[in-house]
Amino acid sequence: MSERENILARIREALTVRAPMPGHAQDSVTHPPAGSGGGSSGVRQWLPLVGYTFQERLELFRTNAAALKADFHLVASRDELSERLLELREAEGWKKVGTHAGELTDFACGQLALPTCRTDGGYDVAELESCSVAITECDALVAQTGSVLVTSRSAGGRALSVLPPHHVVLAQSRQLLGDLPEAFAFLKKTYAPGYPSFISFITGPSRTGDIERILVLGAHGPRKLTILCL
Amino acid sequence: MKTAAQEFKLQAGRLTADLRHRGLIQTALGKYEVVRDQTKSGFQDWQAARQAAAQTKWEAINHLDAYLVQFVEKLESRGTKVHWASTGVQAREIILGIIREKKAKCIVKSKAMTSEEIHLNAALDQAGFEVVESDLGEFIVQLRKETPYHIVFPAMHLTRGEISEVFARELGSAPTDSPEELTLIARRVLRQKYITADVGFTGANFGIAETGMISITENEGNARLSAALPKTMVTLMGIEKILPRFEDLALFLPMLATMGTGQALTCYNSFYGGPRQPGETDGPDEYHVVLLDNRRTELLADAEQRDSLHCIRCGACLNVCPIFKNVGGHTYGTTYSGPIGSVLTPHLRGLQEWKHLSFASSLCGACTETCPVKINLHHHLLHNRRNAARQQPGFAEKLAFRLFAFVINRPWAYGLAKRAGRLLQRFHPWVKGGPLDPARAWTKTRELAPIARQTFKEYWRGRQLGK
Ligand code: SF4
Repeated sequence: MSERENILARIREALTVRAPMPGHAQDSVTHPPAGSGGGSSGVRQWLPLVGYTFQERLELFRTNAAALKADFHLVASRDELSERLLELREAEGWKKVGTHAGELTDFACGQLALPTCRTDGGYDVAELESCSVAITECDALVAQTGSVLVTSRSAGGRALSVLPPHHVVLAQSRQLLGDLPEAFAFLKKTYAPGYPSFISFITGPSRTGDIERILVLGAHGPRKLTILCL
Repeated sequence: MKTAAQEFKLQAGRLTADLRHRGLIQTALGKYEVVRDQTKSGFQDWQAARQAAAQTKWEAINHLDAYLVQFVEKLESRGTKVHWASTGVQAREIILGIIREKKAKCIVKSKAMTSEEIHLNAALDQAGFEVVESDLGEFIVQLRKETPYHIVFPAMHLTRGEISEVFARELGSAPTDSPEELTLIARRVLRQKYITADVGFTGANFGIAETGMISITENEGNARLSAALPKTMVTLMGIEKILPRFEDLALFLPMLATMGTGQALTCYNSFYGGPRQPGETDGPDEYHVVLLDNRRTELLADAEQRDSLHCIRCGACLNVCPIFKNVGGHTYGTTYSGPIGSVLTPHLRGLQEWKHLSFASSLCGACTETCPVKINLHHHLLHNRRNAARQQPGFAEKLAFRLFAFVINRPWAYGLAKRAGRLLQRFHPWVKGGPLDPARAWTKTRELAPIARQTFKEYWRGRQLGK
């Protein structure tokens, strides 16, 4: 017998004895996620509130992003977007941009007029590492947690959004979602069953508290996260 | 050689008296408590969320065979190689096999408690491979040749001075007391490792049966880099990490973050569904997932304690445990410390040798109350005590209880014992704390309360006579 069969046999043998359900009967939730199919509507009533209107959610995203030490700006037009990017280029002395093909990223790179390292058809790791900034698009923004949802398809692969020291996300306001259950429903609708091999919720710039529980930004990933939302 | 129990007693005695150590832990956990409570209060209904999480894990664990099969099928259908390991030795062999086949030299590792459980680093070291821990805390304890102090905060017991010292010694960096600079030193060293490593190794927080994905939670970005750059990626996952549905993560990710570090969501929550797929630009060419049993099925067979497999390793029970706070993580001498460690270790490593951990508890129940998946932790400590005594009854203990039962069931014997006790206590100061003192375990560090001059019965009789 293979180890697979051995382990499965032991599990089946063990499960012939039933274990009691956790908690007390009166604690049982009205919409147990177990067995009720989706169950995300249940989860929604317990997670933090997100508000109903777009404005409320936008404000929540802004507050969360600020608490996470991410920079969030709502820009009114492509002109303003390009202005913001040029400001950042000057302030930080960008030399080279890591990016991927996309409508907004192509526009941004056209405006910046800097050498680029594109990840689309494969890339040199050392070259990507030397970029001053990564500019990517995303799948969605999540108001509840201030997260940016990226996948290997929407944001130029696995490494681009984590290797350079500054990650700039170009988003559109219609991409703003309310809560986490909505984000998972979105992922399912968009990709199932052929999910990208990498999906990530990015919640603020990379950080660590491993030294005396003191917050330090830029542990291994980007020190800065900027979200520009059209 | 000392037994595990003797070693525990010795270390516990030493560390509880170490005020500097206690100060460090209390400051760190104090900060944690503040943010945890803040984040928890953001939930509309935390208790309902706990109940739902507990039920979801119950569902997963009590149908583990079906969910594992589904999980593996999904993973394999997208090109992942899945390996099954009944024991730690088998898991090590499998991982070594992959590394040898790839002719790898350097392995970059992100945090994985399962790898501590099977002593992977030692095995890789011995086989002549370079293993680098990339999580900052793990990197620090690896340089100090220690094991992680805490399952979530591995270097919580160290000051920046100690960290600067080990960096200066091992990496040749200039001494500094700025956490920013220390982090930067590690970042620079590790950057090169990601780029040159042949194999990236990770643990897993959850395995999603429905979609065949591994979910990894982290703050630093080291796991993301380990999963992006090396040509081969290996994940070691305990079989109990399964969740049934993709959307279950909408509940588990924020709960794990809240209880683990007090964040609303950890910085990176990433899901890996396989090696680089056609049309994707990067990621490993090969992805291996190693499923580890290592006596988890034995625990599964114990229906009474099966719920300890629900654990999501958030570390919250350690953080609230009065024992952990005083004796510290290393004293346990185990991979998993704190209440969950005291429950699991007797199952993973042998009941008799590790039963002392079940007694190192005030049974206050703080762990059970805090656990996000409602594991009945402090009752399991009692279950372990009972099982240990049943399996191997202690002669002296049995005798003591016989004697106690005899006395307590007979009023005349009880009255006699009381009088004898009162008399004998007069002489107690002569032997107090010394080798002849029968109450030495107590009186070594404490005072024994005097037996009352008058028993209640005597008092009552006196009162009635007086009337
Ligand atoms: S037993 Fe509960 S509180 Fe302790 S680490 Fe596991 S999930 Fe967290």
